[in-house]
Amino acid sequence: MIPAPADSLFPTPGTRVRPVHDEFHGDLLEVSMGPHHPSTHGVFRMMVTLDGETVVRLKPVFGYLHRNHEKLGEGTTYLGSMPYTDRLDYLCSMTNNWAYALAVEKLAGQAVPERAEYLRVILAELTRLLNHTCLAGFLLQDCGASGTPLMYAFREREKILDLFESLSGSRMMCNYQRFGGCRVDPPPVWLEAAGRLVDGYNAFLDEYEALLTGNEILMARTQGVGRLSADLAVSAGITGPMLRAAGVAYDLRKVDAYGIYPRFDFRVPLGDHGDTYDRYMIRVLEMRESIQILQKALREIPAGPVMDPKAKLRGFRPKPGEAYGRIEGPKGEIGFYLISDGGPNPYRYRVRAPSFVNLTILEDLCLGHTVADAVIILGSIDIVLGEVDR
Amino acid sequence: METAEQIYDRLRARFPGAAIAVVPNPAPAAQHSLALEPARAREIALWLRDDPELKLDYCSNVTGVDWPDREVVETTSATVPDPAGGPARTIEQKTKRIQPGCLEVVYHLYSMALRCGPVIVRLRTANRTDRVTLPSLTPVWRSCEFQEREIYDLFGVVFEGHPDLRRILMWDEFKGHPMRKDYTEPDDYEWEPTPHDKVLAKAKKHYPPEPAAPGGAAEAAKP
Amino acid sequence: MEITQEQRDELRRQGILLTKLEDLYNWGRSNSIWPLQFGLACCAIEMIAASMARFDIARFGSEVFRPSPRQADLIIVSGTVTKKMAPQVVRLWNQMPEPKYCIAMGACAISGGPFKQGYNVLKGIDRYIPVDVYIPGCPPRPEALLHGLMQLQEKIRGQKLTGPDAPAHLQAGRPCEYPVPEFGGEDLEPPKNPGLWQPPAVTRPQKG
Repeated sequence: MIPAPADSLFPTPGTRVRPVHDEFHGDLLEVSMGPHHPSTHGVFRMMVTLDGETVVRLKPVFGYLHRNHEKLGEGTTYLGSMPYTDRLDYLCSMTNNWAYALAVEKLAGQAVPERAEYLRVILAELTRLLNHTCLAGFLLQDCGASGTPLMYAFREREKILDLFESLSGSRMMCNYQRFGGCRVDPPPVWLEAAGRLVDGYNAFLDEYEALLTGNEILMARTQGVGRLSADLAVSAGITGPMLRAAGVAYDLRKVDAYGIYPRFDFRVPLGDHGDTYDRYMIRVLEMRESIQILQKALREIPAGPVMDPKAKLRGFRPKPGEAYGRIEGPKGEIGFYLISDGGPNPYRYRVRAPSFVNLTILEDLCLGHTVADAVIILGSIDIVLGEVDR
Repeated sequence: METAEQIYDRLRARFPGAAIAVVPNPAPAAQHSLALEPARAREIALWLRDDPELKLDYCSNVTGVDWPDREVVETTSATVPDPAGGPARTIEQKTKRIQPGCLEVVYHLYSMALRCGPVIVRLRTANRTDRVTLPSLTPVWRSCEFQEREIYDLFGVVFEGHPDLRRILMWDEFKGHPMRKDYTEPDDYEWEPTPHDKVLAKAKKHYPPEPAAPGGAAEAAKP
Repeated sequence: MEITQEQRDELRRQGILLTKLEDLYNWGRSNSIWPLQFGLACCAIEMIAASMARFDIARFGSEVFRPSPRQADLIIVSGTVTKKMAPQVVRLWNQMPEPKYCIAMGACAISGGPFKQGYNVLKGIDRYIPVDVYIPGCPPRPEALLHGLMQLQEKIRGQKLTGPDAPAHLQAGRPCEYPVPEFGGEDLEPPKNPGLWQPPAVTRPQKG
C-alpha cells in the first residue's frame, strides 16, 4: 500500500474522515445497503455515506426482525420461553438455552447434576465449532469466494446437526436445556458418535486452514482492515472473539468459571492487531481449543441423572427477586436478566445479546475504508439478526 | 470484590448529600443493587469507572423496567372516646392512594481489568408521564449507546446527553412505547385458527354477531 | 387429430419428439426456477442448507440464487416478516418480473408463527403478496423445502397457456405490482391488502 502524504485529501485507512465539500470533490453519495442484500447476514441495513469509494459515515439501521421476544417472555411462563431462546441466535441454540437456564437457576437457587454439566459443556463446545466454522465460510463468501468454503463448512455443520437431531429431536431449535439439567439422557451410542466426530475434526480443520489461512487473497483483503483498539473494545462492551482479537484476555469461561469449566485446561488465544484477519484466526484457534475440551469431556463424563430430581417443572414459581446470568457464547457474552414477582411468568425478561452490543463500533471500524471492506468488517463481527433485534 | 454495602459506604463518603440507597435482592444469587440519584448519576458513574479498587470499565447490560402506578390501601385506626363514658371504640379507616409508578433503568457493571463484578446500579425517573428524563451514561461507557436507544424506543425514557437518541427497533413514525405494561397492540386478530384464553377474547371481537333466534330466550331459560 | 401415447412412444423410438408447446414451455420453466437470495430469519439457514452439498437444491434447477429481484422468478419468504420489513418485501415482489412465484417457508411467513402476538410481527406474508406454496415447519427441514419446490414445479407444469386458468403473466389486466404499505403511527397502513386476503368467514354451528 502506497503511504499517503501527510496533508493529503485522501484519508489513510483507520482515520476519522471529515467530509469536504468543494467543486473538486463534488457531493457525497448516500447509499442504503440493505435490508435485502446478499452480504448483510440477515435483514440489516447500513446507511453509508461515501466519498468516492471511501466510507465517510455509516449508520446501522435494524429492527427488521424485531419479534418482541421480551414482551412474549413476560406473557409466557419461564419454561415456555425456552423454545423462544432457540430463535434468538438461531445458529447456536444450545448456548442460548444454557444461558437462560443458568439465569433461571440463579434466580431460583437450583442445582444441576454433574452429568448434565458435562453434557452442557459438550453441547456448548460443539455449538462453538459449528458457529466458528460457518462464520469462516460466511466471511469468505463476503470476500467473494462465492460458496466454496461455505460448502465445506456446511458439510461439517450437517454432521454436528445430525448429533443434535438425534439427541433433542430438532436440527436447529433444540430446546434441550431445562432448569436443573437437560431434558433427555443421551445413549452411549450418541457419545461414541460425538467422539468420532470430534476426533475427525482436527483433520477437517487442517484441510480448511490449508485452503484459507495462508491464502494471499484473504490476507490481502483482511489484514489491516477494521482495526479495533483494546480501549475502545472494553468501553464499547465488546465481548467474544472480537474482544480477544483486540488483545483483551476476557473469556467468561475463565473469568466467571461457570459450570465445570475450571476442570478443563484450555488456552485463550489473543490477537495482536485487532483487525479482521486476527478475528478470523482467533476463531480458528478457539476451534482447536474446543476440540481438546470436547475430547476431555467425552472421556470423563460420569454416569448419573441428567435432571435434578428435586427440580420443579410444573408450577415453577421462583420467589421474588432478580438475577443476571451470562455465559460465553460463540459470539460473545450472552446474558439473561430476569425479575420475578413470585408469579409463573417473569415480571421483566431481558436478553443481553452479544451481536447487538458488538455493533456499537461498526461505524468506527469502517470509517476510511472502502465499501467492500465495510462488508468484510461486518462479516467478521459475526452478527445474527435474531439476537440483534430480538 | 466489594459487596454492595461496602460500595455504598464509600459512595456516601465520597458524595455526601447524594441520594443513594441499597436495594436488596431476595433471590439466592444475592445480586444487590444501588439506586442512584439521577442528578449526580454521571459523576458517580465516572467515579465507579475510574476508582482503582473497582475499575468498572465494562457496562455489560442496560435494562429498562416499567413499574406502573399501583393502588395502595392503607389502614389507619383511630380511637374515639365514648361520650357516654363506656370503653373507647377504635374506628378503622381504609384510604386508597395511588403510588406513582416510574420507569427504571438498571445497569450491570463489570470490571475487565480486575475480573470482578457485577455491580448493579439503578436509576429511576420521577414518574411515567411527563418527567421521564435521565442522564445518559454513554459518555462514560460506550456500550450504553445502542441499549439506551432501545430503552428510549421501547419504554420512552429520554436520555440527556446521548449522542444520537432516536428509535432503533421500531420504525421512526411509530408512536407509543411497546414494552410498557399498559401498551395495547394493534388489533389484527381477524383470523385465529386455534384461539384460547386472551387471544380468544380478542378474536371474538371480530366474530359475526349471534343471530337472534326466536326461541333463543326460551332456550336460554331451560335448566 | 388425437395422437395416443403409443404412437408418441413409437415416434420417439424413431428419434422424433412430439409434444405440445404448453408442455415444453412449462417443462423449461419448472426445471429452472431461480430463487431470490432472500432470507429473513432462522428458516433462511435451512434454505442455505438446502442449497449446500447435502440437500442440493441445484439438482432441481435452482442452482443460482440471484441477488437481484430483476433476475429471479421465485421468492422464498423464509422467516418472520415484521411490519418494518413488510414494505420492503412487497417492493421486492413488485420488482420481480413475471412469471413469478412465492413460497412462504416456515410458520412465521405463513401466519406469524410462534411470534404471532406481536406488535411488530406481520401475521403472514399472504396479507400483501399472493403465495403459491406454503411450507409449514419451524424451521421446515431442507427436505421439506425441496418437497415444496417440487409441489411448485407440479403447479407450473399444470398451468395452461390459454383460457381462464392461464398463469397471471399471460392474462391481460391482472396486476403484477401490489401497493406497498406505509408506516403508520400504530400499524402498517393498510394492515392488509383487502383484494388479496380476507379472513375466512367464521360460521356458527346450527343449534337444535
